[in-house]
Amino acid sequence: MIRYWPGLLVASLVGALTLGTLGAVAWRAPIWGGLGSEDWGAIRFTLLQAVMSAVISVALAVPVARALARRSFPGKPVLVTLLGASFILPVIVAVLGLLAIFGRNGLLSTALGWVGLPPVQIYGLHGVVLAHVFFNMPLATRMILQGWLSMPAERFRLAASLGFGSRDTARLLEWPMLCTVLPGTAMVIFVICATSFAVALALGGGPKATTVELAIYQAFRFDFDLGKAALLGVVQFAICAVAAAVMFRVHVPESTGGGLDRAVARWDVHTPVLRGLDMTWIGFATIFLLLPLGMVLLAGLPGLVNLPGSVAGAAARSISVALVSAGLTVLAALSMAVAIQGLRVRRVSKVIEGIGYLSIAASPLVIGTGMFIVIFPFANPVALALPVTALVNVAMSLPFALRAIVPALTEVEGRFGHLADSLSLTGWARLRWLYLPRLRRPLGFSAGLAAALSMGDLGVIALFSDPKAATLPLQLYQLMAAYRMQEAAGVALILLVLSLAVFWLFDRGGG
Amino acid sequence: MLILDGLKLEQDGFSISADFGVDAGNKVAIIGPSGAGKSTLLNGIAGFLEPAAGRVLWKGADLGGTTPGDRPMSMIFQDNNLFPHLSVYQNVAIGVQPSLRLSGAETDLVRQALDRVELGGMAERKPAQLSGGQQSRVALARVLARARPLLLLDEPFAALGPALRVGMLDLVAELVEMTGATLLMVTHDPGDAQRIADQTVFVDAGVANGPVNTTQLLSDPPAGMRDYLGV
Repeated sequence: MIRYWPGLLVASLVGALTLGTLGAVAWRAPIWGGLGSEDWGAIRFTLLQAVMSAVISVALAVPVARALARRSFPGKPVLVTLLGASFILPVIVAVLGLLAIFGRNGLLSTALGWVGLPPVQIYGLHGVVLAHVFFNMPLATRMILQGWLSMPAERFRLAASLGFGSRDTARLLEWPMLCTVLPGTAMVIFVICATSFAVALALGGGPKATTVELAIYQAFRFDFDLGKAALLGVVQFAICAVAAAVMFRVHVPESTGGGLDRAVARWDVHTPVLRGLDMTWIGFATIFLLLPLGMVLLAGLPGLVNLPGSVAGAAARSISVALVSAGLTVLAALSMAVAIQGLRVRRVSKVIEGIGYLSIAASPLVIGTGMFIVIFPFANPVALALPVTALVNVAMSLPFALRAIVPALTEVEGRFGHLADSLSLTGWARLRWLYLPRLRRPLGFSAGLAAALSMGDLGVIALFSDPKAATLPLQLYQLMAAYRMQEAAGVALILLVLSLAVFWLFDRGGG
Repeated sequence: MLILDGLKLEQDGFSISADFGVDAGNKVAIIGPSGAGKSTLLNGIAGFLEPAAGRVLWKGADLGGTTPGDRPMSMIFQDNNLFPHLSVYQNVAIGVQPSLRLSGAETDLVRQALDRVELGGMAERKPAQLSGGQQSRVALARVLARARPLLLLDEPFAALGPALRVGMLDLVAELVEMTGATLLMVTHDPGDAQRIADQTVFVDAGVANGPVNTTQLLSDPPAGMRDYLGV
């Protein structure tokens, strides 16, 4: 009753963007065997830091999620929202906040200095893992919390009536739940960390702490060795493809739904010891999340009076990239969702869905390199840096947008599909009078997510960058690299506020 | 007239067949045990389900291949008959013009239909601001405004209390008499059938038996019907 060709078209474009660019890259790659010891080092480091980040994030998230699931306290909704916000935080801003605490001149090193200890060293493996845990522990907490809250309340009531203690509940009820939730959560974080670029760029580097993504960047940017970049791109894709294949087999819990701020009624956890334990974990999570952001705010406010003149231009460029990317993401996700939901041929709709989720495994730098190779013979890729950035971010936001929109659309069709069919609500009329009004929330969320992710993105733009036409994150990185920390702090604050603002505006617009 | 010509419908591994006609202007109830396929039959006539065999004909024309919206019928479902995000006026108007761009004459038509169900003063409200009975009347106003010759009801007004439901059925009967439309109504309540249907189709064991006089059927039920009624 509505056209499916836009969805098919978008799916082909996204497929071309992720697989096609990989093809372009592979075509330029020298034959296998061209991997040097440095490259193997990068592969090892990528896997090591991704595994460590996933394991530590999940290990910390379990007690925090458990505490959130069984306690009610003032400010809990704010904390749960904050856990969701870490996902849209610009990476480079968070890195700046972490440096203010764990860096050489940070709070922690200063405190250690008072007791005569040497400052902590943040650059290298532990810095990369620390930043990844900062980003992904909240995500993991929300996913695991979802697992806890989706356990039927009757089960805990039954446990209470059978006289279970908290140990029995943990062994018989909570552990089986965690067994289904943890593998998916860990895999998602592994994939995110395996493709992470900005964190490695800012906190890694050197022969011992280079990820594959960073190695692609270096091969491309410093040596202009397209062959090497291409070969590493294939390696990167292989890592993510294997991880994604595993991910499709395990259950991946939801993290974006609402209602995560309720508490499960429990009868086995009202001892002072357990209460103290839970509040300690909640306090730890709050401080771990808020302190770096507080530092950005604190350092940024004075920095605002001393901003470099190019900030306005960079902000304007970032905002336009964010808006374009938000608009395209909504268009792409909605047309794909319509095709996924409506196509009678299940195999085709599965393929479209698969393509939509493919970009989880795709690396922005591989897409960027591929696009460079494709564009290079025809135009100056540097001039297209901003459109390419917007496009890559559309691809990166698609999986999350689809996860929000497809179930909502299925529900709308289930409730109103027959009514709409009986009233000849087809094509534009169905879109205008049924889909748009009923899908406002997921569409607004998707637009907000895409806008915020593009606003803070420091990936492809670093690859193609034109120093005269930087975006905010790139400018921030350049200021940090030049140790102009006060200006950097001011720019970071602006970027932080803009990212949160675009997300909030779109998400609110969705009602 | 409506003719079900050797019609066979299949859904989820179960099938129902029907081979009978309904004269234009008749009011027909479709009753039978739950799970017998009453709604499946209605969905087949409405075009939500392609027949596995046979045809659905209206005035001699095969309806096969036409979409539900293009068929000469309106339908009222068990629930979700209104779009909650549209106003009462829009909910009726969208049945006349899916684009909601109505001509002056069409607007008048919608207003008259709303007046007829005594909701003229509530045109700008959203469904959530109406009572259950008022919501059902909005759906009926849309049926009126669409003025299609066939009306299909699938266990309608199930969410209403008994008195309200009976009142609504009487209103349906009244509107159908007024417009001369043909009515097919699925119900599990023989009382409903007796109240407004001249004829009744009894569905049992995968077969929809042709319509017979409702009073006769209920006073002298065949074997399957006796089990269903528990007499």
